[in-house]
Amino acid sequence: MPVIEVRNFRKEYGPTVAAADVTFSVERGEIFGILGPNGAGKSTTVEAIAGLRKPDGGTIEVLGRTPGDPDLRRLVGVQLQESALPDKMRVREALELFSAFYPNPVEWRELVRDLGLGDKLKTPFAKLSGGQKQRLSIALALVGRPEIAVLDELTTGLDPQARRDTWDLIAGIRDRGVTVLLVTHFMEEAERLCDRIAVIDHGAVVALDTPAGLVERVAVEQRIRFRPSAPLDEKLLTALPEVREVRRHGPAVEVVGTGALLQAVTSVLASNQIVAADLRLEQATLDDAFVQLTGRPTDA
Amino acid sequence: MNAFGKLTASEFRLFLREPMLSFFGLLFPVVLVGILGSIPAFREVSPELGGLRVIDLYVPIALVLALASLGLQSTPQVLATYRERGVLRRMATTPASPVMLLGAQLVMNAVTALVAGVLAVLVGRFAFDVPFPRHLLLFLVAFLLCGAAVFALGIFVAAVAPSGKAASGIGMALFFPLMFLAGLWTPREVMPDWLQRIGELSPLGAGQAAMQAASVGHWPALLPVIALLAYIGVFTGGAVRFFRWL
Repeated sequence: MPVIEVRNFRKEYGPTVAAADVTFSVERGEIFGILGPNGAGKSTTVEAIAGLRKPDGGTIEVLGRTPGDPDLRRLVGVQLQESALPDKMRVREALELFSAFYPNPVEWRELVRDLGLGDKLKTPFAKLSGGQKQRLSIALALVGRPEIAVLDELTTGLDPQARRDTWDLIAGIRDRGVTVLLVTHFMEEAERLCDRIAVIDHGAVVALDTPAGLVERVAVEQRIRFRPSAPLDEKLLTALPEVREVRRHGPAVEVVGTGALLQAVTSVLASNQIVAADLRLEQATLDDAFVQLTGRPTDA
Repeated sequence: MNAFGKLTASEFRLFLREPMLSFFGLLFPVVLVGILGSIPAFREVSPELGGLRVIDLYVPIALVLALASLGLQSTPQVLATYRERGVLRRMATTPASPVMLLGAQLVMNAVTALVAGVLAVLVGRFAFDVPFPRHLLLFLVAFLLCGAAVFALGIFVAAVAPSGKAASGIGMALFFPLMFLAGLWTPREVMPDWLQRIGELSPLGAGQAAMQAASVGHWPALLPVIALLAYIGVFTGGAVRFFRWL
């Protein structure tokens, strides 16, 4: 049974349609990614799931309840964009305060250790770096032992090392049985972390699949480059249905095609006793898939 | 400690870390009584003031000042900044709702105002012989009514202000004329008659008039009390209607 079910969600702000028709469901225990360019409707959707916005159309159910239900505030931990703490509140005070909100909080000392905030406990919120604020925000979202963690753009503004540490942390959360709903516009993040991804664009889901499934879905050409150990008759390759084009670059051969191109080419070479030296395969990435699905690069 | 207790304690800590807000809300009233009381002329009975001394009048004014600092300067700024910075949003996703945060703010301010008021009354009594209010209960009721009116107004300002800075500006713009009408610069008793009448109907002036009456043992006049009740009704209603939590 899905823990989050969004059906035909619609939200307008005056003449602007922030979400036109968003439908997806999140299964228990998975890391579900919402990926999309800026302004695609990701945050609006997540805010509605968190109970901060009322849908103008469609329905949302979280753990069988309607967002806004007081029980959900206990069961869903939320880390939002553009939300902060009072400037002079210290890290330790924030953790103690938020722990007091929940009936069965986790030991926050472990959380801050995992998040690398252990030596910042006396630092006021305003004096934290962007990354530290972000990590504190994650800690506060998790301190109540939620069943679902909703994390909006959690690694924006983090340096690459902090970003990777945060990914490890999120994977750790999932391993503890927490369902994670992750909003991101970082391709690498989605690819590394997510079990499934909904790509949202112009207020609607344009694709929903595993990261690998999304990549496969776009028929982007693959390229193989290699140096043949013996003279190679191009016709051997062009006869293959997977191959569209063969080009020569001096001693190197470049084969362009689709499908199981690599297997097809290597088996032909093998049966002709030709060894492919310096073999390189250029494949489509989630980035390519994203560009094809939305017609835009992600970091636009 | 439960969530509300923790939240209130946290609001106290944050308040005490803002030197300007905590000085004016907590200590300035008693400092004012101390300074004015040290001036010999203000300790002499004045026929102009109906046989009272200037310092006798300034104890209730100091109490009104405490309420005004907390209700018109501190509260709108803090609440509007909380909204602007997303603190209220953050709260809305936890079991502690933003309403609980508002409640914690109010309790913190009420306790601070009481402490500031008790300090001013005690220093007035023991340093300058200002008698305790004759009608202590009425005095307390007048103090609470005035506090309710001022905080309703402050929260209303926080409700309609687009940002923390704007809220703080509007609060200031209200603070000075309203404190003037309550007699902070010249006691209302020596103001021209028409200004006294206006002052009596202003939120702080009405509170001061009611407290002053109770402190010399009279029942407060009806008009200031009605004015206070009207302010409470109107601004509470307006705040409920317009307050944006997110």
